[in-house]
Amino acid sequence: MRALALLLCLAACAPVSRDLRVGSKRFTESRVLGELGVIVARGTGATVAPRTEFGGTMLAWNALRTGAIDLYPDYTGTIINEILAGESIESAEELTEALAQHGIRSTAPLGFNNTYAIGLREERAHELGIERVSDLAQHPDLKLGFSNEFMDRADGWPGLRETYGLPQSDVRGLDHDVAYRALESGALDAIDLYSTDAEIDYYALRVLEDDRAYFPRYDAVFLYRAELATTAPTLVRELDRLAGKISEDAMVAMNARAKLELVPAATVASEFAASQLDLHVLTTERTLAERLWLRTKEHLTLVLISLFAAIVIAIPLGILAARRERLGQVVLAITGILQTVPSLALLVVMIPLLKLLGAPSTYLIGSAPAILALFLYGLLPIVRNTHQGLKDIPGDLRDAAEALGLSARAKLWRIELPLASTSILAGIKTSAVINIGTATLGALIGAGGYGQAILTGITLDDTALILEGALPAALLALIVEYGVRSKTRDYS
Amino acid sequence: MTTASTEGSAGELRHAIEFTRTTVRFGATTAVNGIELSVPAGRTTALIGPSGCGKTTLLRLAVGLQRADLGDVRVLGRRIESNSLAELRHSIGYVVQEGGLFPHLSCEKNVSIVAEFLGWDSERIRARMSELCALVQLPEDLIARAPSKLSGGQRQRVGLMRALFLDPELLLLDEPLAALDPMVRAELQDDLKQIFARLEKSVLLVTHDLAEAGYLGDELVLMRAGQVVQRGSLRELFEEPTDPFVTSFVSAQRGARDVLAEAAQ
Ligand SMILES: Nc1ncnc2c1ncn2[C@@H]1O[C@H](COP(=O)(O)OP(=O)(O)O)[C@@H](O)[C@H]1O
Ligand SMILES: [Mg+2]
Repeated sequence: MRALALLLCLAACAPVSRDLRVGSKRFTESRVLGELGVIVARGTGATVAPRTEFGGTMLAWNALRTGAIDLYPDYTGTIINEILAGESIESAEELTEALAQHGIRSTAPLGFNNTYAIGLREERAHELGIERVSDLAQHPDLKLGFSNEFMDRADGWPGLRETYGLPQSDVRGLDHDVAYRALESGALDAIDLYSTDAEIDYYALRVLEDDRAYFPRYDAVFLYRAELATTAPTLVRELDRLAGKISEDAMVAMNARAKLELVPAATVASEFAASQLDLHVLTTERTLAERLWLRTKEHLTLVLISLFAAIVIAIPLGILAARRERLGQVVLAITGILQTVPSLALLVVMIPLLKLLGAPSTYLIGSAPAILALFLYGLLPIVRNTHQGLKDIPGDLRDAAEALGLSARAKLWRIELPLASTSILAGIKTSAVINIGTATLGALIGAGGYGQAILTGITLDDTALILEGALPAALLALIVEYGVRSKTRDYS
Repeated sequence: MTTASTEGSAGELRHAIEFTRTTVRFGATTAVNGIELSVPAGRTTALIGPSGCGKTTLLRLAVGLQRADLGDVRVLGRRIESNSLAELRHSIGYVVQEGGLFPHLSCEKNVSIVAEFLGWDSERIRARMSELCALVQLPEDLIARAPSKLSGGQRQRVGLMRALFLDPELLLLDEPLAALDPMVRAELQDDLKQIFARLEKSVLLVTHDLAEAGYLGDELVLMRAGQVVQRGSLRELFEEPTDPFVTSFVSAQRGARDVLAEAAQ
């Protein structure tokens, strides 16, 4: 027992030299800042893994806290009001201390404040005579739309409504990028903005004055793991050198470049690094073929590993289910319930589950939780079809096989499984097709694949990029569905 | 009919199968109802009776595919026990009602599957295969084919080869010729008669055709509703019926009288 504990400690404490991991959230600005972090880290000579993207603040924070990533950009207001919401932080010192409790440090502010704001189309605001947030109280019929995170956050809509006594009841949550389009089309009257969003100018929006000073400051900072101070002191020094270097105008310009001109985030960040920080790091643009190949490899890895694991586990489960009717019903029910869990929820739940199972921190994000979720998803069709295929063996063949006097194992391998194989293969095919589609969501937790292009494409409102992910995913599913002939033998 | 009468030294087994007050129920249906029946060794017994009277269930009892709810079943002098079941089954050749050939295996593999499992070398398997092809009169070049590529009659011959491969003491055939057209059927009946005469095995043959039973069986057993109504020769069924059911059953099957007439000549 003690030896085991020692072994575990050794394994955990052993210095593992590994690539530095930089994270970001999924929206444009965070992606650009993340790429800047990558460039700075490369500048110190470190080897850096490709940036991982997270679908929400808590996902990114947990990845940092558990050591799955080493640093990512965030905002002071978000840290205080969302991440450390329970701790009522009043000053910069208290913030530093609270972060230290989690083994995390923050750089000094990078120079710009990206606060939340409420915006209307200039034209509409003029027509209604709205200039300040408090003016909204006079217009209870306005249709409001807020990003999903803003809807729930302590520093979001609930607090705003209370502070200003806002009466609107038509309030819906939606994706931030979709919100701009809804506002432009007139489907919404007012939405939440980030004050550095490039769209504010582009769509000619009026930013309402926060006349009761509800929104706190959202100074951009990099959060990083405290041990970097000893393992990568130059990196920490370089990150600190970014303090005050990015003005609000510079950030708005970078956002515009990335979002409106569709320049890749890495290019935008490297242009800024070269001109403002005198930091020249080569970012090589990938060609379309290279991007497709990379994502195909990532996507196939997710699908094939999870499918293989599902086959290895599900076929024996299906055999068991066919042998013991009672137990079989239980197995089928459990795998059935797994399939009804919304795929996104299942993906996100895998992270704490893996942690609970004691997985090393590097496996908490990226492909491991995605593969685990896809594996669970893939079980049902295979278990069900194995069970059904064995049950459907005609009675006379079953009798003939049994009466031969083979061992149970020989009977299974030489007669029963081959007879059930058409059904089992159909189950495997179903699993594969489902997983090819579901794996696109893996990009939300940093697993890459075709979903990466789709998500980034949605963020940038870049249809070509969305198609770059969606078309190969659909094509792959079609190839499996129609190309892989399930060998339906004609036994007649 | 005491069980002691079947035992004694191995060579003098008198009864291949003995059912003693055996009952099998499926829910409310009683398929076999306290049956008393001994199947003599070394001869062919033909089991006849209307559809649903329990013929298949009796065969399934004999190979341990079906447990008796009441009573006793002894096969080749032994009680059916799970730990020696495989061994017992190697001494029985069973051809199920629809033939039971596995569609995913070639005829050859169907026939040799148990021998392969038991580790026979390929030389021995090939020799046995030719021997059996000759016995059942199946051209040897056909056995490499899939079962679906043979005619119904040929498939029955392959099924018989599989049942005979390990040279079992007891052969159980469930309506082997039922699905064949009359010409093929007559030809196979002749071949079966020869094979049975040559092998001198214990054979229990199920058929619902009285003429076939009379032609192939040394003795006939007529069943009704899970019980034996009468056993004896075809002549005895015609001339000394013990029950009105026997009379109505035999008179419903016209061809049978011709067999009787033929046999009389
Ligand atoms: N597995 C089963 N489940 C329920 N009923 C059965 C089953 N097998 C046979 N029976 C019933 O038992 C009776 C005897 O069947 P069977 O032995 O197949 O008759 P036969 O072979 O003489 O036509 C029939 O009434 C049949 O419906
Ligand atoms: Mg039957």
